[in-house]
Amino acid sequence: MQTAISVQNLTKIYSSGEAAVLAIDGVNLNVNSGEVVLLMGPSGSGKTTLLSIMGCILRPTSGSVRICNREVTGLSEKELPKVRLDHIGFVFQAFNLFPTLTAGENVELALDLKGISSKESRRLATGLIEQVGLKDKYNVFPSNLSGGQKQRVAIARALAGNPDIILADEPTAALDSHSGLSVMKMLHNLAHKGGRAVVIVSHDNRTLEFADRIVNIEDGKILKEHIPSIARMRKGTLPKRTEIANTIVG
Amino acid sequence: MASLARRNLFHDKVRFAVTLTGIVFSVVLTSIQLGLFIGFTTATSNIIDNSRADLWVTSKELTHIENGLPFSERKLYQVLATPGVESAQKQIIQFGSWKRSNGAVESITLVGFNLDGVMGGPWNIISGSIQNLKTADAIIIDELYRDKLGVTHLGQTVEIGGYRARVVGFTRNIRTFTTAPPVFSSFKNAQNYGGLREDQTVYILVKARAGVDIKELKKELISRLRDVDVYTTAEFSRKQKFYWMFGTGAGFTVLIAALLGFLVGVVVVAQTLYAATVDHIREYGTLKAMGASNGYLYRVIIKQATISGLIGYAVGMAISLIPIYISQRGTTAIILPWQMGFGLLVLTLLMCIGASLVSINKVTQIDPAMVFKG
Repeated sequence: MQTAISVQNLTKIYSSGEAAVLAIDGVNLNVNSGEVVLLMGPSGSGKTTLLSIMGCILRPTSGSVRICNREVTGLSEKELPKVRLDHIGFVFQAFNLFPTLTAGENVELALDLKGISSKESRRLATGLIEQVGLKDKYNVFPSNLSGGQKQRVAIARALAGNPDIILADEPTAALDSHSGLSVMKMLHNLAHKGGRAVVIVSHDNRTLEFADRIVNIEDGKILKEHIPSIARMRKGTLPKRTEIANTIVG
Repeated sequence: MASLARRNLFHDKVRFAVTLTGIVFSVVLTSIQLGLFIGFTTATSNIIDNSRADLWVTSKELTHIENGLPFSERKLYQVLATPGVESAQKQIIQFGSWKRSNGAVESITLVGFNLDGVMGGPWNIISGSIQNLKTADAIIIDELYRDKLGVTHLGQTVEIGGYRARVVGFTRNIRTFTTAPPVFSSFKNAQNYGGLREDQTVYILVKARAGVDIKELKKELISRLRDVDVYTTAEFSRKQKFYWMFGTGAGFTVLIAALLGFLVGVVVVAQTLYAATVDHIREYGTLKAMGASNGYLYRVIIKQATISGLIGYAVGMAISLIPIYISQRGTTAIILPWQMGFGLLVLTLLMCIGASLVSINKVTQIDPAMVFKG
């Protein structure tokens, strides 16, 4: 497996006047293609900061960040958006869909950013919307979609342009259990069937069963990194939920 | 794909209506004020611009055409004796007093000219003819001022400067900037109406021979004539316009009103576009996080401003055309040539795009990391 994201000796200090907060403290982490990595930890532990740095949205104070084997820490503010555009898809807790665009148009917009023609964008967006099971919702505005449907549109949007990496921030936090499960299955498949590196920040224990690796962060440091037993048991297919639940409880 | 700019713009209909109202108000106010400015400017120099003369000989240090002082007609012969002069004729243009049949007195602009010459007479004659002015008391007035002068029919007799006058014809759309309507008559009649001596004139109009350099002829006339000034028609027209538009402050007033209209438009558009940008700030942050360049975001905002500008301009001009059309039948014409209309379109777009700079500044400062904050 290829390393999609590699962060080494990463630190991030937030300065505000004379006060300084060490948000990330010497983190080393590699995320491979085809792998789902779950970042867990209490609020303020630094997991979202780490996700932002891996997403080239935030600059580290020191250390190295490599995206698809390219060092990005030295890139300019003009070059970083291109890295995000070419390699990374984002899924947000609050979906962040454009309320004035329909579900399909939200996906088309992401393709438009990449400079894909209007006609081709429409074709690709149709395929992606179908892929997330919302074929009949293409022309529906987000306000008329359920939370689960919105998150599926967000995933379709994140997939526009076929990124190598999907970064998801609390993707199930605003969803009921059924929708949350559906979204996690999708993210899991994006890694296991689509060969993408998927990093998920979550507090939600429902997401545990879909992780190949769990990274626990506290006070900006990786406290523990382990492969859950479910993942070890998994042999290419998803286990039944009851089995997983038993394992988690056990 | 449906344009994000268009969708964002039309999504909040109330805000869009406010934006449009601001632009429409700005376009209407600016176009009407500029149209008035052009209308006034045209009216101030109407008689000069339509004189068909090449040069004007005037009294010394003249400020405006209605204020010319009489001088001896002997200068006419000096002018005629100057090489390069094709023809020259005496002309009277000055304020006079018109007594209506009910006894009320109105100011008029007396225009006395040589009926056998080719310069300085009325144009756009819609009733009667210049030949009708050959009778001793004949005058031609413009139909726009019939009510003001109390003229109900051709042949009506009135009193000008204590002399009897008879209306023998009407012109159309010969306006003056002042409240004194133009009244055309023979030079001789005008001398009487204006109280001039028989050997006096107020202006001499000069026609140059074909091929003669007007500026050279002007220099020649200046060297030969004493105690008078000589202007080309274009110079005299500019002087007249400048006096009435800027010397009196009338033009400033109109232009300041136009500027205010423009500024109101800038403020309203800037405010509403900014409010719309702030409302959609999370979306812009999401776009940035997804990899959109600042340039992409600028295009979205500028497109919104441009769409607003185009629609606002179209509505504003449609509204402006109503008073412009109505004014053509009045003594104060609003004149908006197509070049000015096009210029106003460019100005409106610049206004809207300029107003969007505040919003552009806002999106430039967006931190895409905001998308991860709840």
